Amino acid sequence: MKASTAKQPDSASRRRESKLWQLRLYVAGQTPKSVAAFSNLKAICESHLEGRYRIEVIDLVEHPQLSKGDQILAIPTLVRKLPEPVRKIIGDLSDTERVLVGLDLRSAD
Amino acid sequence: MKRRPPKSASRTRRLPKCPTGIQGLDEITRGGLPRGRPTLVCGGAGCGKTLLAAEFLVHGAVRFGEPGVFMSFEETAAEITSNVASLGFDLADLVRRKKLALDHVYLERSEIHETGEYDLEGLFVRLNHAIDSIGAKRVVLDTLEALFAGLPNETILRAELRRLFRWLKDKGVTAVITAERGREQLTRHGLEEYVSDCVILLDHRVDDQIATRHLRVVKYRGALHGTNEFPFLIGDDGLSVSPISSLGLNHKAPSGRISTGIPRLDAMLGGRGFFRGSSILLTGTPGTGKTSVAACFAQAAAQRGDRVLFFSFEESPNQIIRNMRSIGLRLEPLVENRWLRFHAARPTLCGLELHLSTMFKEVTAFKPAVVIVDPITSLLVAGTDFETKGMVTRMLDFLKSRQITSLVTSLTHSGHALQQSESAMSSLMDAWLLLKDLDGNGERNRALYVLKARGMAHSNQIREFLISDRGIDLVDAYIGPSGVLTGASRVAQAARERAEALASQQDSAGRKRALARKREQLEQQIAGLRSDYEQEAGELRRIDEQVGTRTSVLTAERTELARLRQADAIKVAAPGPRKPVARGAR
Repeated sequence: MKASTAKQPDSASRRRESKLWQLRLYVAGQTPKSVAAFSNLKAICESHLEGRYRIEVIDLVEHPQLSKGDQILAIPTLVRKLPEPVRKIIGDLSDTERVLVGLDLRSAD
Repeated sequence: MKRRPPKSASRTRRLPKCPTGIQGLDEITRGGLPRGRPTLVCGGAGCGKTLLAAEFLVHGAVRFGEPGVFMSFEETAAEITSNVASLGFDLADLVRRKKLALDHVYLERSEIHETGEYDLEGLFVRLNHAIDSIGAKRVVLDTLEALFAGLPNETILRAELRRLFRWLKDKGVTAVITAERGREQLTRHGLEEYVSDCVILLDHRVDDQIATRHLRVVKYRGALHGTNEFPFLIGDDGLSVSPISSLGLNHKAPSGRISTGIPRLDAMLGGRGFFRGSSILLTGTPGTGKTSVAACFAQAAAQRGDRVLFFSFEESPNQIIRNMRSIGLRLEPLVENRWLRFHAARPTLCGLELHLSTMFKEVTAFKPAVVIVDPITSLLVAGTDFETKGMVTRMLDFLKSRQITSLVTSLTHSGHALQQSESAMSSLMDAWLLLKDLDGNGERNRALYVLKARGMAHSNQIREFLISDRGIDLVDAYIGPSGVLTGASRVAQAARERAEALASQQDSAGRKRALARKREQLEQQIAGLRSDYEQEAGELRRIDEQVGTRTSVLTAERTELARLRQADAIKVAAPGPRKPVARGAR
């Protein structure tokens, strides 16, 4: 699950804005929770943000200094960098409903 | 003290300790916090948890060569840096020199959504990174409980905290974890459950509107420690705990003496005044002249070339200088030449701890040889009995350890023979002078006793204490059958004695004169008798002569008669047994 999967938007008419969603997933090594989080995120993005998202995975075991920037404590943590405001979702993203609320996608549906 | 790896250290019999460098705390804990283990510091808001933790790190980095990580969950790095800068700690510099790492962990619950399983590996990674980046031996987590507010799932959090403390131990760092005081337990979220090696409780209590800080080591597994509650100060140089009971008594005792500035008082104290470096208590009711004696002592010391620091809690320096001028003491030139320095403050200005820390600071800065506190009783009202005794002990100890002579005045109230706090304090003192009011004959007079003076032969006599425009003098009080007389009574008594002496003098002169007269009379009598005698003797002689004359006349007459009778002349001339002539002559 090495870094960035990016897909450019092809259906700009889909909703109010067609901006790119920038998501960053922090993990610490290949733990079951991390792997689960990545696949859950992927699935959610594919179904709700198809083609408009970019996921960046940061492994803190390899880059511990990066944990400061986004104030990461919990692992895994998903940070919505764009669109603003920044939101943080912690956990393995198994609760899809909560992820959607957290990402502010639920209300839009 | 060389550090040993924690794994092997845990196997040694004696628990290795990690000195905090905080004044007094290392004494209470007998060496510091348990090395390589977490210590919990809990207390309410504003009682100095963060400061204690910060000082632990700074001393570690500066004095013990142990770099440290400060992980803050509340304040930003900039805030912490500026907070402790007021205590003279330059965190920014330590960070630059890689002796310290500051990490601010920020958690905003509203930004966080929980979606399933997670752990706090991020925190571990961060902490690990910070520790490894500077080779830290000490870690502070301030305040870990912020996590409870920031993270929704307490079950996960607790499990992770347990893992964190385990991890810290394995890492071999000495950690200080701060936590808020809880209502029914030591900490709000029961952190003491996880940190079981050492728990320190801080407390900031307000008694009678005066706030005092206390520190107590609640628990220290595997080591002896002072269990009392110890008052502590936050001064300009950080935290300092005063462990009253564990203070050593091993100051040097100089044998030099210093004059009291009152010659007669010196005489009462074995002729040479107080010992240098001793502590002197001066008690008295209002208006007995405590400040005057203190000022006299101060002037004498300053003139001798000793620096004098005068803490005044009742009068302003100018007022003291003015008042002392009236009894002939010139303090201004001494103040101008910086031999004498006043520090005046209202006792109610701040709590006892702050007063004492100010005093410590002043003493350290001015380096006096003599310190005067006038009066200490003002400070006593700023705290409870027990606290103040502790603080006074600490102050005296501080001064003694620097061989500073201290004179402390204390106000007693008339009626109390010796006030309790005084007698408690007096045991700490080397010399105790008592100033007393003697009331009688419509006037009040001052008297002075030396109640105690350790290590010197001192007078046990009461002295009348006179304050005039030429200064202070002591005179012998009159002690007679009617008790101790002072003032006008003493003067009257002296006059009476003089009159009596004069009278008796006159009396003896009269008696002498009478005696002389008597002797004269006797001599006259003797002379009279002698002349009588001589008269009589003369008469006797005369009689003798007459008798002689008569005999010769008779003889002549008889001879004549015989001749006339024509008796035998020879027979007459040679009388025999028959004397017809003599018979016939008769």
